Amino acid sequence: MNPYYFASIALILIGFYAVLVKRNVIKMLVGLSIMETGVNLLLISVGYVSGKSAPILSEGITPDKAVDPIPQALVLTAIVIGVATTALALSVVINLYEKYKTLNVEEIRRLRG
Amino acid sequence: MSDWVAIFIAALMVISAIFAVEWRDLLAAVVGMAAVSLFASIAFFFLQAPDVAMVEAAIGAALSAAVFILAIKRTERYESEEESTGWWVRW
Amino acid sequence: MVKRILAIVFILIIGLWMAKALDQVPFGEDRMLVGKYYLEHVKEETGAVNAVTAVVVNYRGFDTLGEVTVLFIASTGVAALLWRNRRKRTAKTEGSVVLTTGARLLLPFIMLFGAYIFIHGHLTPGGGFPGGATIATAFLFLYLAFTVYEIDHRIFEPLEGLAGIGYVTVGLIGLAIGGYFLFDWIWQTWGLGKENIGRLLSAGFIPIIYTLIGIKVGTELTGIVDNMVKEPEEGGQ
Repeated sequence: MNPYYFASIALILIGFYAVLVKRNVIKMLVGLSIMETGVNLLLISVGYVSGKSAPILSEGITPDKAVDPIPQALVLTAIVIGVATTALALSVVINLYEKYKTLNVEEIRRLRG
Repeated sequence: MSDWVAIFIAALMVISAIFAVEWRDLLAAVVGMAAVSLFASIAFFFLQAPDVAMVEAAIGAALSAAVFILAIKRTERYESEEESTGWWVRW
Repeated sequence: MVKRILAIVFILIIGLWMAKALDQVPFGEDRMLVGKYYLEHVKEETGAVNAVTAVVVNYRGFDTLGEVTVLFIASTGVAALLWRNRRKRTAKTEGSVVLTTGARLLLPFIMLFGAYIFIHGHLTPGGGFPGGATIATAFLFLYLAFTVYEIDHRIFEPLEGLAGIGYVTVGLIGLAIGGYFLFDWIWQTWGLGKENIGRLLSAGFIPIIYTLIGIKVGTELTGIVDNMVKEPEEGGQ
């Protein structure tokens, strides 16, 4: 098992554990962000071809000596969208704290209405 | 040679992620998350993807951590310590 | 306690499934089908040297328009959720001497470096998104160093809107000239810059679009940081 595959699966599982078990909302968002980093690492390590180099076709690099450019284009988009949704989720958390004065998910569930 | 580097970076990433999830001080957890992003940026460089390494270093390690710290400033810093009441939470 | 053990067992089962699935995908083999077509035809169809940039802006330009829309929605959402009538900065201590002097000295160099990254997007790695993020980091630096600094919303918000409108306008001009939205009319109809592939003035409309994306992302992320720093005044909303 390759070290990059192992690291990406481990990051996804650690982030998922944080979302399932922890009770603080900000700790759950940290876990979600770690999960997104793991998924991006998995996408890029699938597109790697051993022995080839970066897909910038300057002098001396012909098109059969370059790595796959398509997963890199997908991951470029995914990283920026990840930080945008994290910022939006954190502003919801700030509003939750001002209304309920606690960040514990079980207490917010009990204080309904 | 390059296999040792890959194992080293992967081990550092997993150890930082475990620490980031376990610490009770939320500022320390955010620093752990920025460390995971930094080691992922180095791994992207070794997988021959320089565009993605730049984007991850500029956005994941700097701006994501900054947004988290500004949110922690307006809420609490430490996690609360009590256990949940009973082993089956009533919905 | 039982919840924790159930969660760990569930996660280990999912990990086992994922590891078994990834055993069928060996690491480092050549699996390119569409990628090979893009790599072989990128120099004569788009004129860019950076294949990833050409895929993001030229071959898959509509997805980048969708991404710019998602960023815009997120920035508007943050401004709408954290809105109060009177908000101001509540920092009490100014930064140290090293921080204030460094911010004053380094600000033009950081902005110049960010502009360099998005102008040379078709030649070197980078593009519009890390360039815009670097410019936003320069403004975050100013927020951390001084206690009274605020960005001028009357300049930043129209700039962001104009950059977004500019991107759609470039696409609509392509629709009018060529026949489909985001047609590369500079490279394929006018033929400007076909003789210097690998230099700055080439690659069709890729530098124009990346400049617009760089300005838009930089001002948007600065706006998000500004909305999260200010707090409502004491004594009411």
